Amino acid sequence: MLADQDRIFTNLYGQHDWTLEGARARGDWDGTAAIIARGRDAIIEEMKASGLRGRGGAGFPTGMKWSFMPKQAPPDGRPSYLVINADESEPGTCKDRDILRHDPHKLIEGCLIASFAMGASACYIYVRGEYYNEARNLQAAVDQAYEANLVGKNAAGSGYDFELYVHRGAGAYICGEETALLESLEGKKGMPRLKPPFPAAVGLYGCPTTVNNVETIAVVPAILRRGGAWFSALGRPKNAGTKIFCISGHVNKPCNVEEELGIPLRELIDRYAGGVRGGWDNLLAVIPGGSSVPLIPKDICDTVLMDFDSLRDVKSGLGTAGVIVMDKSTDVIRAIDRLAQFYKHESCGQCTPCREGTGWMMRVMHRMVQGRAEIEEIDTLEKVTKQVEGHTICALGDAAAWPIQGLIRHFRPVMEERIAQYKAARAPRPMPMAAE
Amino acid sequence: MSEHLGGPHGSQVGLGTAENIGDGSSGEGAAQPAHFAFDEASEAEIASILTKYPPSRKASGVLPLLYVVQGQMRRQTGSAWVPRVAMDVVAARLEVPPIRVYEVATFYLMFNTNPIGRHHLQVCGTTPCWLRGSEEVTRACRDETGIKGWRQTSDDGMFTMSEVECLGACVNAPILQVDDDYYEDLDYDRTVALLQALRRGEKPQPGSVIGRITSAPEGGPTTLNTIPIAGE
Repeated sequence: MLADQDRIFTNLYGQHDWTLEGARARGDWDGTAAIIARGRDAIIEEMKASGLRGRGGAGFPTGMKWSFMPKQAPPDGRPSYLVINADESEPGTCKDRDILRHDPHKLIEGCLIASFAMGASACYIYVRGEYYNEARNLQAAVDQAYEANLVGKNAAGSGYDFELYVHRGAGAYICGEETALLESLEGKKGMPRLKPPFPAAVGLYGCPTTVNNVETIAVVPAILRRGGAWFSALGRPKNAGTKIFCISGHVNKPCNVEEELGIPLRELIDRYAGGVRGGWDNLLAVIPGGSSVPLIPKDICDTVLMDFDSLRDVKSGLGTAGVIVMDKSTDVIRAIDRLAQFYKHESCGQCTPCREGTGWMMRVMHRMVQGRAEIEEIDTLEKVTKQVEGHTICALGDAAAWPIQGLIRHFRPVMEERIAQYKAARAPRPMPMAAE
Repeated sequence: MSEHLGGPHGSQVGLGTAENIGDGSSGEGAAQPAHFAFDEASEAEIASILTKYPPSRKASGVLPLLYVVQGQMRRQTGSAWVPRVAMDVVAARLEVPPIRVYEVATFYLMFNTNPIGRHHLQVCGTTPCWLRGSEEVTRACRDETGIKGWRQTSDDGMFTMSEVECLGACVNAPILQVDDDYYEDLDYDRTVALLQALRRGEKPQPGSVIGRITSAPEGGPTTLNTIPIAGE
C-alpha cells in the first residue's frame, strides 16, 4: 500500500485550501527557480529517468515526448506552445477534475517547468466545457499565480517569460484527441488532423506544440523535487510511479484514490472502494481503463495488476485508469450497447468508417440487447469492428470497436443465449385445429 | 418544438427591446430575435478574452464568444441560447465568415441553438451513471417536470431536459447537471427534492447530495489521513 508521504495529490479530496497559500503550505512553488536553473536538458533527462508515461490514456513516455520539440526556435520566428489536455471526457474517468478544482497550483507549476523544458513561451489549458466550476477555480489559481509573479515575465524569478491561459471547450468528447483539441482551440470544429505532420512540428497556429494530460504535467514538480529515482522506485518496471484511479459502478464506495501502478485490481477495489456490491464473487466484469478499453471478466480480474503492460497482456489496457465495475446483476450487453451509443454520438463524422461504422454498430448492438438477431450476426459485428479499427484518422474508431470486441471475446455465450431466448419466445406456435 | 417555446420566453424581460424575442408561437423561426448586440458586461468579458490569443488568431475566440452570447441571453431573457443573429455578430467581431461560427455553434453540444427553459437539466446516461441508476434520475425528471422527451421544455418554461454523455464525475454517479452545476449521488427521491427546490427558486448546494466529501469514499477518506499540513 502506498504510504501517504509518497502521495503527490495531497489535496485530492479538496479538504484543504486550494488557493496559492494552501498550495504553498503543501510544498508547491518551493524552489521552482532552482529547478528551472538546472536547464532544459537536465530536466528532460530527469523526466526520462523517472519513467513517467503519459496519464491521458496512451501511456507514451513523457520525457521522450518533450524531446521531440525543436531545440532551437525555428528560424522563421514561430513560437512553441505547450497545450494541456483537460478535456476529460472518457467515460469512467474523473481524475483531472480533482486536480483542476483541488490542486490547480500543481498543474500551473508543472506547466511552467514543462514549458521551459520545451522552450514553449506560452501554454493553453483546454478544459472541457462542462467543468465550469473547475475552470473557474483554475482561472482563479492562474490569477493568483500572475499576481505573485509565478507566471508572466520572469516567472517565479527564473528569468523565463511565460504566459498561461485557460480556454474552455464546449461539450465534444473528440476534442480530447490532441489534434482535434488544437483545431478547437483555433476556433474550429473539433475534427482530428492527419498526421504527419505531428504537433511537435506543426501544432497550434502552425507552431511546434506538445499536448500533455493534466495529471502528467501535475506530477512533474514532485518528480523534479524528489528525483526521478524516487518516482521510478514506485510501481513496477516500465510502469513507474503513482496514478489516480477512479473506481465507479457496482462497488460499495465509489471513489478516486492515488495508488502505485501495478496494484492488483482486486486489492484496489477491496481496500479503497469498499469491495464489489454483494462481495467479490458477485463480480461479473470490469472495464479497467475508461470506456475505450475492452472489459475483462472476473477470472482475469482475480489476478490482474493495474498497469499499462499487465493490462495489455490480457488484451485490455490501463487507459485513463477509470475502473468501471459491473456486478452479476448487470446486463453486460446493454452496458456495452450504451457505450456504442456514446461513440456514435461523439464521432466527429470526418472519416467514413467511423461515421457510418459507429451508427451501424450501435444499431446492431441495440438488437443484440433484445436478442433480435441471428447467431451469425455476432461474427458480422466482430468483422465490422475490425473494419473500423485502424481505418480512421484518429483513435475514436478504435475506441468504438474495442468495447464490442471485448464483449464478444468474453461474453459470446451470453449474446447467443439472448438470441435463443428471443427466438424461443417468438417461435411459431402449432396452428390450432378448428374444433370439430 | 414551438409549443414548448411559447409563453414564458416572450414574457421575460426583453433583449433590450421586448419584440426582439418573438413569441415563439408560429414555428421555430419566430423565436429568433431580429437583432443582437453585446451589452456592457459582455463587452468587458470579450476584451479580456481577446487578450489570450495572438491578434492574427482572433478566430480562437469563437467558442468563448458564443459562451458570452449564451450568458447574456440568460441574463436578459432567462433562456441561455445562441440566436442566429448573435452568431453573425460574433463572426463580424472576430472577422471570420459567418459559416465558421454557424458550424462551430452546431458542432458543440453546449451551445443551444434554440431557446431552453430557465434551468437546463442535463442527465448523464453513459454507462458509469447508468450502472448507478441514471434511469431513475431521468424518471424523476420526467415525473416532476412533465417533460416527455429529450430536448423538450416543460409547459411552464421552467425546465429543459437533455441527455448528455459522460460528465466526468463517474465516482459520484449518477449525476444531474443543472445549468453549470453538478448534483451528484442522486436517486429518484433526491432528484425530485432537488427539482422542487429549484422550482421554489432555491439553489441547493451543488456537489454530493448525500454529504460525501467530493470524490472521497462515503464515510470519509481512507487515505491522506496522516499528512500533516503546515499552517492548518
